[in-house]
Amino acid sequence: MTMGYKKIVLLKDTGSTGRTKEFYNLFLEQCRLENLQDDVQIVRVADIGMYDKGIVVRIIPGDITYAGVTEAHIQKIIQQTLKNNKPVKELLFTRASKQMRVVLKSCGEIDPENIKDYIACDGYQALKTMLAKSSSEDVINELKTSGLRGRGGGGFPTWMKWKFARQIEADQKYIICNADEGDPGAYMDRSVLEGDPHSVVEGMIIAGYAVGATKGFVYVRAEYELAIERVEKTIEQAREYGLLGEHILGSDFSFDLEIRLGAGAFVCGEETALIASIEGKRGYPSPRPPYPSVKGLWGKPTVINNVETLATVPVILRKGGAWFASIGSENAKGTKVFALTGKVKNSGLIEVPMGITLREIVFDIGGGMLNGKKIKAVQTGGPSGGVIPEHLLDTPVDYENLQKLGSIMGSGGMIVMDEDDCMVDIAKFYLKFCVDESCGKCAPCRIGGFQMLGYLNKISEGKAGEDDIELLERICNASKKASLCGLGQTSPNPVLSTLKYFREEYLEHIRDRKCRARKCVDLLTYHIGQEKCKRCSICMRNCPVNAISGDKQQGFLIDVNKCVKCGKCFDVCKFDAIIRE
Amino acid sequence: MDTQVNGNTKVDIKGLAEKWKGKRGNLIMILHEIQNHYGYVPREVSLQLSEVLDVPLARIYEVITFYNFFKLEPPGKHTISVCMGTACYLKGGAKLLDEIKNMFAVEEGQTTKDGLFHLQVVRCLGCCGLAPVMMIDGKIFGKVKPDELMNILSPYVKGEV
Repeated sequence: MTMGYKKIVLLKDTGSTGRTKEFYNLFLEQCRLENLQDDVQIVRVADIGMYDKGIVVRIIPGDITYAGVTEAHIQKIIQQTLKNNKPVKELLFTRASKQMRVVLKSCGEIDPENIKDYIACDGYQALKTMLAKSSSEDVINELKTSGLRGRGGGGFPTWMKWKFARQIEADQKYIICNADEGDPGAYMDRSVLEGDPHSVVEGMIIAGYAVGATKGFVYVRAEYELAIERVEKTIEQAREYGLLGEHILGSDFSFDLEIRLGAGAFVCGEETALIASIEGKRGYPSPRPPYPSVKGLWGKPTVINNVETLATVPVILRKGGAWFASIGSENAKGTKVFALTGKVKNSGLIEVPMGITLREIVFDIGGGMLNGKKIKAVQTGGPSGGVIPEHLLDTPVDYENLQKLGSIMGSGGMIVMDEDDCMVDIAKFYLKFCVDESCGKCAPCRIGGFQMLGYLNKISEGKAGEDDIELLERICNASKKASLCGLGQTSPNPVLSTLKYFREEYLEHIRDRKCRARKCVDLLTYHIGQEKCKRCSICMRNCPVNAISGDKQQGFLIDVNKCVKCGKCFDVCKFDAIIRE
Repeated sequence: MDTQVNGNTKVDIKGLAEKWKGKRGNLIMILHEIQNHYGYVPREVSLQLSEVLDVPLARIYEVITFYNFFKLEPPGKHTISVCMGTACYLKGGAKLLDEIKNMFAVEEGQTTKDGLFHLQVVRCLGCCGLAPVMMIDGKIFGKVKPDELMNILSPYVKGEV
């Protein structure tokens, strides 16, 4: 893997100080002084799979990871690890062991811009063996054995999609990689494209061979500049090596790839809308059937797979479908990448075997809750998913289980919420997202979403009656049943699931005009607790609307009629004397 | 037509069309290149594109207005993107946004009167571990607190960046 270098040092400032370059230069300089410049390569990486751990240094081979490195440690690392292969014990970072890396295995460990690194890690081996030995049917059967299901959200068995497209006779078929990752709070695809783009390209070539397609498109969000750059380089390198283009590796099989950029439309993650977008049109979805595997891009059979799915394919062919099927649970095989974020100590990308419980993810891998707060719920599946309350956290994660709970697996966003998060507010947040992103083609989604949001606003403003919950539920169910595409069918999920598990909270907003998480501004009142007040007057001086009056002798009062509930006084008070309820 | 649009050198529409000729579904990719060049899609360029590609102007506008990414107005000198992904929202992204709105008397999607800042809200910048996040011209600022905004933005106001 080292290509002439004996060691590679990966570097990344995972804090917010942006000192990666500084440390890069320090390492470079020190290595030069020690005459190591020909043996050690120092690489700055965009993502190292760890966050918030200060300067992180990873040395390969050996996979030694150091976190919280300071200038003073550099000499020690060079002397002990680079020269004598001994770890610096006090800096060692150990990864939580419940993870299992299949898709993310090479991310952060190989140079994503160098095809040789990927090849050195058995890359393109699966393609080579397949072209020499397997028929397209063999490939599909292997996938069937593996039990791989779509990782983009739907969870449709990948082999079936491929088989349908393979069966149809057509002069042209297409493979599309869906990298239009639009869920707020999810960045799995980005990390794979940036960290191990060749695995996705290899997966696409294999898919092409299996279904008889000769042309593929990678549809990437325009916002992911580095990912686009890396995929471009990857395609170029693959062409140079005869892995893309005419007669791949001397065989009869030809396949080539192009990049198409998304332009910021969430609905384009839906496969029929994505196809419209590649065709250069507005991203409007169309009714299914016909499914894209029958009639897709420009009317031709098209297989659309998500980044993670495609990146898994080469590993399955290399290690065998049975191996993959041995990982995970009864209903769901293999591993899944999640973007664990929210109020959890270690947020970041994780890859876990299917069937692990949410509690294990949050507490064993995520390290538990931030600031010692109590966990309230975990949200999975982004705006199409739902919340799972604390008492159900022991549910094993798989497609069906999450669906039964009113959520979905989705593409892998996983957001941890604590008692400071208001469930009405959360539902509103996700719904607003879907209302903004609704393409407007069908009425249930366009109008229904708007109406649902109206009711939620009423509730959070304390203006709703109890009947409104029922109406809200009816619209949710209508949108679920009648919407044209996945966006409108799933956008009520956050509302319905919060209603299911946190109905009390909704009722509190309506009956008592109270928001227990103190998030719904309209339901809050501010006043000054005189016993704690030191009469420093900082609140009065900071109030933007002069709602606070008084003096140092008399004390201070907030005029509720003038108060705009901005919370400024609450933030500036050093004595916790402002009471918000 | 002038050789310049808004002070930028003109993009070679014919060359662009030639480059993408024969590739189906090229309109969005061409619009990306135009926007990369100007920072937005000027109307006169759309008009010209419509002639060169022989596509009705309405069809070009249909696409531009559907996608969030394409802009019809020139951007500010600097673009402030405040992330409203779920993680950032939970950790106070909305407070940052409000603070910036107040500081410059500007709404989201608008440019300040002096043309210095364009304020926009983005869905997710893909670094949720650093929430709340904002980005100025491609530079990411993580774990931003509202009272730090002044320090972050002042170099831009002073023209030091």
